[in-house]
Amino acid sequence: MTLPDGLVAIVKRDCPTCTLVVPVLTELDADPTTALTVFTQDDPTFPDGIDAVDDTDLTVSFALDLDTVPTLLRIEDGREVARTVGWSREQWQAFTGRMGLGEGLPPHRPGCGSRTQDPDLVAARTAAAGAAQLRSRRVELGEREDDIEAMFERGWSDGLPLVPPTPERVARMLTGTTRDPAEIVANVAPDLVDCTVEKVAINAVLAGCRPEYLPVVLAAVEAACTDEFNIHGVLATTMPVGPVVVVNGPVARAIGMNSRGNALGQGNRANATIGRALQLVIRNVGGGRPGGVDRATQGNPGKYTFCFAEDEAGSPWEPLHVSRGFDPHDSAVTLFTGEGPRGIIDQASRTPESLVASFAACLRTVAHPKIVVGIDAMLVVSPEHARVFAEAGWDRAHLLDALGERLQVPGREFVRGANGISEGMPEAFADTTLPKFRDGGLLVVHVGGGAGLFSTIIGGWLSGAAGSEPVTRRIMT
Amino acid sequence: MSRTLLDPTGELAPTTRERIARPSSLEGATVGLLDISKARGDVFLDRVQYRLEERGLGVHRFVKPTFTKVAPIDLRHEIAKQCDVVIEALAD
Repeated sequence: MTLPDGLVAIVKRDCPTCTLVVPVLTELDADPTTALTVFTQDDPTFPDGIDAVDDTDLTVSFALDLDTVPTLLRIEDGREVARTVGWSREQWQAFTGRMGLGEGLPPHRPGCGSRTQDPDLVAARTAAAGAAQLRSRRVELGEREDDIEAMFERGWSDGLPLVPPTPERVARMLTGTTRDPAEIVANVAPDLVDCTVEKVAINAVLAGCRPEYLPVVLAAVEAACTDEFNIHGVLATTMPVGPVVVVNGPVARAIGMNSRGNALGQGNRANATIGRALQLVIRNVGGGRPGGVDRATQGNPGKYTFCFAEDEAGSPWEPLHVSRGFDPHDSAVTLFTGEGPRGIIDQASRTPESLVASFAACLRTVAHPKIVVGIDAMLVVSPEHARVFAEAGWDRAHLLDALGERLQVPGREFVRGANGISEGMPEAFADTTLPKFRDGGLLVVHVGGGAGLFSTIIGGWLSGAAGSEPVTRRIMT
Repeated sequence: MSRTLLDPTGELAPTTRERIARPSSLEGATVGLLDISKARGDVFLDRVQYRLEERGLGVHRFVKPTFTKVAPIDLRHEIAKQCDVVIEALAD
């Protein structure tokens, strides 16, 4: 862009200081020895009586990186050599070499914000610029097509309506990360497709995410697509499981996630849409769909979305991600393969011994009371239950040790035929004792708010290398 | 007014490959038996192996490390190299 030599002023009608300096601009404009060009940001007829250049599309203003109007520039050989902002008689006089400018005006007055500083305009401009760079196939909808119905018909939906992923929305979503839209995030099963940041962003738009949730979704996709987590197996299994996403660290509060009352339930946009976005990536990018590679016999409602934050502030224990080797200042997602949650009701225990015995009795039933070692679980402890342990000085390790002791299961209780139940292990195990959960196979998190002597168990799936390991990933912006 | 959306899918354009025709007979064939490590799959395959060997057929046994993950590519390659047909024990 080349500006005309001489003086250039950028103004807008909606600025009292610009209005104030109109007599000065008129005086300069009338002077045949001064070359003045005025650009106007909001009203092409402003200032009255001056033939201003229309910059309502802000092309010139953005190019000049303006903060303030009025801005007065001196241009020589098409290049800016000096700039002053707002109104200052002293500075304008020095700038123009004319004395007695703006008789009757106050000696100085600060300017107003340039329209280029309007956050909505900046976002729209960034989105428009970013949209042009996106590489995904364009899907043109017909004039009479309904957006929402069109997306259902194309098979993109999990069964609920989706937000249309326009290029502008996707570009705006991508402002949530510093990562290159073309970067490969993961190879997504079952179709083994290399998935870019851009594809994750499109699915995050579909899910209803805000841009600031995108780093969490990216970390969740990365974690899900590791060999350890094994999303292919989690998807393909006939068992009623799916990925459960637990968010820890400063990001949870920063993006407004719920870790307190009803955190495992509905009503929080971040919780709801981050888990949904992960599932939509598996569906749309990976090609994993119910009836296709998803062979679930019954499924569970958590397969729409199952994501929550840990209540770290109210927890008597170190956060989950710290227990898994991360720094408290890190933000991280932990993915666990889980069923739907089930409650533990114990409103009478006031000692840790009684409460841990309650927990153990309920945990014993995960998958089946006679299934041992092979299935993990997550124990979600509520504040009022956690308080019982905190007041007795029990840390997480103490709780896990006590649970482990009470969850040693004698073989005679879990062999085939025991208790009149055919399910179970071969008779050869009758004289053994096995733990209900493998070492490290019981995760504990602190979630909930307000009153309630209730906690929750989320049963797992085949544990370890044969099935799925919980995976924790740092969230990178 | 028409609107433009971005495709959220993997945009796959897979090429179609012809399946090898089923053999009309197992006469002289080498049969691969793949145990995917599901419970009691071995019991089923032991019996199949017994019946195939009774007919004088060559049998090679293979085991997937776990039924929850796709077979390693080396294992698939070995099966394809050594066998004319493969029988897989899928369920418990």
